[in-house]
Amino acid sequence: MTGAQLENILKKHDYQKSSLLAILQDVQALDNYLPRKTLEAMSQRLQVPLTQIYYLATFYRAFSLTPRGDHLVTVCTGTACHVKGAATILNTLERELAVQPGETTSDKKYTLETVNCLGSCALAPLVVLDGHYHGRMVGTKVLSLLKGDKKDASKKS
Amino acid sequence: MPLKSPDELEQLRTKILEERKAQGEKKGIVLCTGTGCRGAGASEVFDAFKKALGKKSAIEFKSTCCHGFCERGPITIVEPLGIFYQGVTPADVPQIIAETVTKGQVIEKLLYRDPATGQTIPTEKAIPFYTKQNRLVFGNNRHLDPTRIEDYMAMGGYKALVKALFHMSPEEVIEEIKRSGLRGRGGGGFPAGRKWESCRKAHGDIKYVICNCDEGDPGAYMDRSLMEGNPHSVLEGMLIGAYAIGSSEGYVYVRNEYPLAVKNVGIAIEQATKMGLLGKDILGSGFDFSLVINKGGGAFVAGESSALMASIEGYVAEPRAKHIHMTESGLWERPTNLNNVETWANVPVIIEKGADWYASIGTQGSKGTKIFSLVGKINNTGLIEVPMGMTLREIVYDIGGGIPGGKRFKAVQTGGPSGGCIPESLLDLPVDFDELTKAGSMMGSGGMIVMDESTCMVDVAKYFMHFLKDESCGKCTSCRDGTLRMYEVLDAITKGKGKEGDIEFLEEIGWMTAEASLCALGGSAANPVLSTIRYFRDEYEAHISAKRCPAGVCTELITFTIDPKACIACGKCRKGCPTEAITGEKKVPHKIVQAKCIKCGTCREVCPSDAVKVA
Repeated sequence: MTGAQLENILKKHDYQKSSLLAILQDVQALDNYLPRKTLEAMSQRLQVPLTQIYYLATFYRAFSLTPRGDHLVTVCTGTACHVKGAATILNTLERELAVQPGETTSDKKYTLETVNCLGSCALAPLVVLDGHYHGRMVGTKVLSLLKGDKKDASKKS
Repeated sequence: MPLKSPDELEQLRTKILEERKAQGEKKGIVLCTGTGCRGAGASEVFDAFKKALGKKSAIEFKSTCCHGFCERGPITIVEPLGIFYQGVTPADVPQIIAETVTKGQVIEKLLYRDPATGQTIPTEKAIPFYTKQNRLVFGNNRHLDPTRIEDYMAMGGYKALVKALFHMSPEEVIEEIKRSGLRGRGGGGFPAGRKWESCRKAHGDIKYVICNCDEGDPGAYMDRSLMEGNPHSVLEGMLIGAYAIGSSEGYVYVRNEYPLAVKNVGIAIEQATKMGLLGKDILGSGFDFSLVINKGGGAFVAGESSALMASIEGYVAEPRAKHIHMTESGLWERPTNLNNVETWANVPVIIEKGADWYASIGTQGSKGTKIFSLVGKINNTGLIEVPMGMTLREIVYDIGGGIPGGKRFKAVQTGGPSGGCIPESLLDLPVDFDELTKAGSMMGSGGMIVMDESTCMVDVAKYFMHFLKDESCGKCTSCRDGTLRMYEVLDAITKGKGKEGDIEFLEEIGWMTAEASLCALGGSAANPVLSTIRYFRDEYEAHISAKRCPAGVCTELITFTIDPKACIACGKCRKGCPTEAITGEKKVPHKIVQAKCIKCGTCREVCPSDAVKVA
């Protein structure tokens, strides 16, 4: 993120300290994570202690302090997905990608995440790959999904 | 141009209705593009309809949000006949237009088939999933394009606002809401009218109203569907509330994971402002009200009222003690009235139809209807709206269509992470605020997760503790450490490391967590554990004493074997096994080498002859 981009975001929120959450959301939307340098600059410009910014950035699930991979794989672990086997799907992905939820593969290709519920419970268990919903998942299907198997028609959300 | 009086609003409504009448009974297509149907491919169907129809104006094409029957999405309804098509794909689009829209012929393969009778049902009205419901609040979704305020107007929108502003005093509005018996739909069930009254009476010139759309309960999505599908009903409710309380500023706090809800409520606010239904001197009444949208950061605790207000103020979402109520000192230490989406959406209905009418629906202590999200091991997954007091049996079997695959019902979990599991023996329980609490669960925001015999109740309790230990804000030791300790004990039990006394230990920690935590989320955090112990103690004991998971879920306690009689030696499991734990050749029944098996379940999944057994 350039200094000018940050300045634009801060300006949009009128340099208000009470808009910190919204400012962080805008930064995250642009860079897909919160770079330390940007947070330091934000702290300077708004005269807010860096600790307070980190307090927010680490409290809310929406933020990531590390860069994400090229592809984001999100496993819904809401209750409906859980009782329909989300844990098996998640285990399969953890094994296949060799990462835990919240981590990115060493080749920076995939980031694995979980979400508490996407409200698409009729499609449980649900996996979202780069914003495309893939419902009624089973272990083998999620593997072919990762391999880009075209048989799994992707549904845009 | 902003409308300056109730007459101008009525003139506009008449104009919209006359225009629609002049067009006659137009042939039309209604497509649900709510998040559930989108997940099932509604966006592609939308594009296909747009492309096929081109600019032919003879057919009206409307895209709405959630109709509720998510199991069957994407849903398409052909008007004026009301033909209901399910599971529509882009490939079906030309046929729907050519046959049903143009000629009125029904396409049999797209119709809903009643699993009980095997008969197809052509119209929405006749489908059992819908017939037993009473869709006061949620029913309009099906008729509305949420991005068009005219649709809401045509259905009588903002009439209740006019009634409140010009024919009722703020006190009368509060009295009406009190008499209606409306209780907060977000979880607590506090009487809405009493909350409004104490906020009105609180000292201070500046007061706030807030709409809580931080729907954090996993498995519940009715607030999102209302916000996405009928945002003006929520705005109208908030306007009436603000007038009653004496507030001129409001906030809508929407969960981070709900981008479509943010978009649609944003459009609704813009349109209402343009029409003069938000802003200064609304309809010439002298009443001012404006609304701001806040996007959450993805924290379950942010749905708690004081935590939500802290989040709006730019702090982390930590609750505070409520010795002084939010209605006295809430957002920025001003009197604040917070209600959830569904509560707000009930308000215009009550004002328009009257408290007596509303109070005639429901039970003694719980009036009106409630929207539930019926999900999990159930045939008809979706959102349903039923009168308070309907029994669980009617909900699960009559509306939900029972359990798939001929399996046996085990429990229904209500109230999300703050609620509990209700067993089969209580299926005739009338569902309302008080009855659910008596059964050791709670209404919560209305999530109903159905579980069958293949769901392990200890695993469910562990699931909720995992959720809560992650989501506890950490302010109170009792909640932060209590949920963690409960999780650790449950984790050990599910791994075969449970010991004598664990159940009593869980009960003790559970009690302590509930007693010593500040907010309602900590206070109810032990419910999933305590309610499963109360009704499914035998399952806990099987895990602890016999080291057995009766439902066949907890991987450390189960073994996968291949039934040699059922095995057709096709080799699919052998090829699919990620650890090469399966041996066998053509025509020789396969075997699992237990030492290598990681119990991932792949073999069971791929087996065409159901030969893989779990015990």
